[in-house]
Amino acid sequence: MTATDTHRAIDAVWRIESAKLIAGLARVVRDVGVAEELAQDALVAALKQWPETGVPDNPGAWLMAAAKHRAIDRLRHKTMLDRKHEEVARDLAEKELAMPDLDSALDDHVGDDLLRLLFVSCHPVLSTEARVALTLRLLGGLTTDEIARAYLTPEATVAQRIVRAKRTLSEAGVPFEVPRGEEMEARLSSVLEVIYLIFNEGYSATAGSDWTRPALCEEALRLGRILAELAPHEPEVHGLVALMEIQASRLRARVGPSGEAILLLDQDRMKWDLLLIRRGFAAIARAKAIGRPLGFYALQAGIAACHARARVAADTDWAQIATLYGALVRVAPSPVIELNRAVAVGMAHGAAEGLKIADAMADEPSLKTYYVLPMVRGDLLEKLGRLDEARLAFERAASLTRNVRERDVLLARASACA
Amino acid sequence: MRVMVIVKATKDSEAGVMPSEKMLTEMGKFNEELIKAGVMLAGDGLHPSSKGARVRFSGTKRTVIDGPFAETKELIAGYWIWQVKAMDEAIAWVKRCPNPMLEDSEIEIRPAFEVEDFGETMTPELRAHDEKLRAQLAAQK
Repeated sequence: MTATDTHRAIDAVWRIESAKLIAGLARVVRDVGVAEELAQDALVAALKQWPETGVPDNPGAWLMAAAKHRAIDRLRHKTMLDRKHEEVARDLAEKELAMPDLDSALDDHVGDDLLRLLFVSCHPVLSTEARVALTLRLLGGLTTDEIARAYLTPEATVAQRIVRAKRTLSEAGVPFEVPRGEEMEARLSSVLEVIYLIFNEGYSATAGSDWTRPALCEEALRLGRILAELAPHEPEVHGLVALMEIQASRLRARVGPSGEAILLLDQDRMKWDLLLIRRGFAAIARAKAIGRPLGFYALQAGIAACHARARVAADTDWAQIATLYGALVRVAPSPVIELNRAVAVGMAHGAAEGLKIADAMADEPSLKTYYVLPMVRGDLLEKLGRLDEARLAFERAASLTRNVRERDVLLARASACA
Repeated sequence: MRVMVIVKATKDSEAGVMPSEKMLTEMGKFNEELIKAGVMLAGDGLHPSSKGARVRFSGTKRTVIDGPFAETKELIAGYWIWQVKAMDEAIAWVKRCPNPMLEDSEIEIRPAFEVEDFGETMTPELRAHDEKLRAQLAAQK
């Protein structure tokens, strides 16, 4: 094996092991930031040794042992100012003695530890950006540089964000645990939100010319699939996974040959990924089987599934979609969802009915600069033959979007109404 | 990226020798690990080629050939579909797979065509725009 080969093999091991490593260490040292530094130290040690010795048979155990030795060293050299350090050092030393087989001892906790790590990375004490960066870094094993490139943000900004996030967690004394009782629901929704934000960043770039960034979608899907195994009794977890699987099934179909966007109803459905659709349906079934009312993500997944089931756009069950949007707007009242309901009602019960809902939202302050409202109005007006009004609406929508390709699509629709 | 991981057939697998209970348990554990890591999308074990069939294409002619087939090493005994970040990750996972056969055997990994392959169709204008963005990013550092 050449040195480059070994480095690539180490990258792969890191991808597979880093989250488990950090999670296991965090349980012992009770600080996510310190755990990540220890894991990084172990990685540095591997980068130094493995090119000479080759990749060990059980690389995960090797990394964990290296990190633990490093942890003990650190703690011994520290002026044990607070009791926490003393306690942890004693804990570690005892565990070393009591359990010579560190790996199997850790194995029992892997799932719980990963779940704790995810909850801590998405803790509400952190800003949304910090939660996203920390989750990609700690759970996804992405480097700062990879996160920076995916988010078109300077690397220094991301690095600083992560450092600050770890400090905030430490200062706030956020415990390394899975929340219970009433807190659970709010904390879980923060976890789901972070994963879905990552997915959406990849699915629909808010700026620049990259319409999709599939790597982020894949990363979010992977996190979702992992979470579905860690927290199998939460319907919303399966709902989110289902939603992402079905949306991702359209990735191949939503970009034209010169990179332009293709809207859902115009997509070539032969390009939809049947494996992901099937996985999406299975995840919805898992959510329903739990027997609790469907929530924000599961309802959206249900809507996505209606589209996925239609072999041609004309077969779409719009009445069912309109009903699901009605349920969704009750679970999560939002003008954006109401706007979607307007579209579905327009399809199910006629453009005039849809336009009624859309026009009722004209004064909604949060939609003032949201390009989708005029886009939807333009679409409904065009169907009603009110072409002058439709053109104005499309032009207004084009002036509001920040996405270059979306603007092109909207301007084309405006000129089609002229 | 998505890969197909192909477990190649052996004399035993073609003869319909069922895997031992120990192997099934180990393979079950490995599958569970793959699912928990968010890697496994699908997978199945396959019956020997004696239960399979081939359709041979020659111009407009279609000829059905019933199994079993020769060239055991070229046959497959099972497959997975995995979602991984890179080929190296797939290789690292395959190395962890319990030995699927009693005899010497191989597991082959083949990447599937994916969305990223649209990168080839990027127009020069888009590429230039992309490079400009990267240059801006570098300047911000």
